[in-house]
Amino acid sequence: MLAALWVMAGLAVVLGAVLGFAAVRFHVEDNPLVEKIDAILPQTQCGQCGFPGCRPYAEAIASGAADINQCPPGGEPGIRKLAELLGKEFKPLNAEHGAPKPKSVALIDEQVCIGCTLCAQACPVDAIVGAAKQMHTVIVSECTGCELCVAPCPVDCIHMVPIGEEIGTWKWDPPDYSYGPTA
Amino acid sequence: MRPLFRFNGGIHPPQHKSESAGQGIVPGPLPKRLVLPLHQHIGAPAKAIVKPGDRVLKGQMIGQPQGPISAAVHAPTSGTIHAVGLHALPHPSGLQDLCIELWPDQEDRWIDRQPIEYREKDPTRVLDHLRSAGVVGLGGAVFPSAVKLNPGPPGRVPTLIINGAECEPWITCDDALMRERSGEIVEGILIMRHLLDAQEILIGIEDNKPEAAAAMRRAAAASPFPMEVVVVPTVYPTGGAKQLTQILTGKEAPSSGRSSDIGVACFNVATAYTVHRAVNHGEPVLSRVVTVTGNVRQARNFDALIGTLLPDLVALAQPKDDTDGFIMGGPLMGHRLPALDVPVVKAMNCLIATSPALFKPAPRPMPCIRCGRCAAACPVKLQPQDLHWFAKASNFGKAQEYALFDCIECGCCSYVCPSHIPLVQYFRHAKGEIWAREREKKAADTARERHTFREDRLEREKKERAERLAQKAAAATAQAAGDGAAAQSKEDALRAAIERAKAKKAEIVPRNTENLPPSTLSEIEKIEARRAQLREAAATKSLDQKED
Repeated sequence: MLAALWVMAGLAVVLGAVLGFAAVRFHVEDNPLVEKIDAILPQTQCGQCGFPGCRPYAEAIASGAADINQCPPGGEPGIRKLAELLGKEFKPLNAEHGAPKPKSVALIDEQVCIGCTLCAQACPVDAIVGAAKQMHTVIVSECTGCELCVAPCPVDCIHMVPIGEEIGTWKWDPPDYSYGPTA
Repeated sequence: MRPLFRFNGGIHPPQHKSESAGQGIVPGPLPKRLVLPLHQHIGAPAKAIVKPGDRVLKGQMIGQPQGPISAAVHAPTSGTIHAVGLHALPHPSGLQDLCIELWPDQEDRWIDRQPIEYREKDPTRVLDHLRSAGVVGLGGAVFPSAVKLNPGPPGRVPTLIINGAECEPWITCDDALMRERSGEIVEGILIMRHLLDAQEILIGIEDNKPEAAAAMRRAAAASPFPMEVVVVPTVYPTGGAKQLTQILTGKEAPSSGRSSDIGVACFNVATAYTVHRAVNHGEPVLSRVVTVTGNVRQARNFDALIGTLLPDLVALAQPKDDTDGFIMGGPLMGHRLPALDVPVVKAMNCLIATSPALFKPAPRPMPCIRCGRCAAACPVKLQPQDLHWFAKASNFGKAQEYALFDCIECGCCSYVCPSHIPLVQYFRHAKGEIWAREREKKAADTARERHTFREDRLEREKKERAERLAQKAAAATAQAAGDGAAAQSKEDALRAAIERAKAKKAEIVPRNTENLPPSTLSEIEKIEARRAQLREAAATKSLDQKED
């Protein structure tokens, strides 16, 4: 009887120690839900959602401070994915935050650029190169199309150019989904 | 007799081979204009190394291969470079891409051709030669052959399969090539065998091409290395590399794997021919055999220069008046050309003129009745009916789980579907969407990384600035303290000087006041006292001013 008590007590102490160690050793600093939400967001870092970047928005969604329909670049597919992840109802994009646009990249008119560096400072992904009083240019492959560089330009030399279709990225249209002997 | 194996399903569509077969290979036109796309192969596009106005010779490289997987582009005849710019490609999208426009001088003057002796050369030199000769797989995939012929570890690829099956209806370009140029094909096969160090050579030809098989047998009999011509039953899609491999060896390439994983390398007969021309004659890929057939009066196989604009080529076949379009490739795997003003490219094996009578418009699709005929016909044993549902519901992850990327887009499922559902179109669309999403995901990951880096950088810069400011402020206070002390000592010195001057003045006594009566003396003393008072007042005033 006493032996059984000792065994059980000993087990409790040992397992408690293991659990305590695991809690310290495998402690997760970040909220894993934030990571999952952040993985769905398009990483445009445009701030149209009202937060200073995709990760703050993800944190706000995770904490319940923001709704899932505030990301225009993510569009409807993005909202659907978030709804699925969070077990929420799908809702259409909140028009207050803007409308989805075709994917574009910024283009600097290099003839007009005065080299003020304001756009380079505004770019959330450091995709604009150029020094003070030197012409600036956009690294197209890194540009997320967030439009944050357009407003600061004092000479209005930045334009958003929609990315046209190219053979390399072209994809087949979906077939006509309708059925029936006549159209 | 070699035992043959079978792949799942397959179909027997009407062959339509007789229209163009047996007519011989006719030289294509030497037009006034050639348009040479820089990206005719899988991999990185070639880089233009000529500029408008340059005179080039036949066989001169005008597009240099870039990166590990790429192939060169050459001038198919002598002439002048007219432009380097965008031109529409023979692509289902009808989109434009970078091309070199060459205006032939009609003299057809060759550049100095340099054949190489492949048996004595280091294999990498031969592979480099093939790469700069622009040799790519001419069966349709246009994968750079130099990459595929890279032997890797010895004995990795013991079996070399030469694909002369040509299973798709209407197409007879490989048939014509085998009938007329079998000896040269065998020469090319020997080069390939040498590079791969293969032990076994199998040439697969469908049994609807007995003349080609006979010609290849004759040529193979004369070869120093034994090679076996295997006649296989005519079933579509036997010409698929993996299907032919399965028929000849019974081995199936693993899902999303390659033929080389099971020790097999498969090349088209036309590729073998161009390998021979490149190595033994120093001639790069300048032309290819193109079947022009369908709704035409003279269906023929043309040895057309790469870059020939299709109107120039099609005119020779005399399309009938009711022609309403053209299909590039076969009717099952090919695609309609949105416009005819596009050039012949290395991937173009066939051009079919269509008419409403010859190619009836597809009936409207009806709902899937789950009959399973598509699954029975699928040569890679997929479940097209399931894939179709997933693709339709945009459930692409599930489609990938069901091995969507093993689909070879042969079109058997669409062909047998009693509801006329365009299944292949669903699968092409789904694949495109998946690729697009992968690209987007990659871009998002890069953006996230760059954004995080920027945040870190801004944080670091802020910290550094704050540190610098703190240092500066400390230095300023220290200096201010030093300055205060100096000022104090200056003032003290001034005061001391004034004191000294006062003491000196006090010592000086006027001399003319001696020997005077006491009354005068007392008067003088009074006056002196007043003066002293005034002096005192003046001194304090001046000091006050100084302090202000």
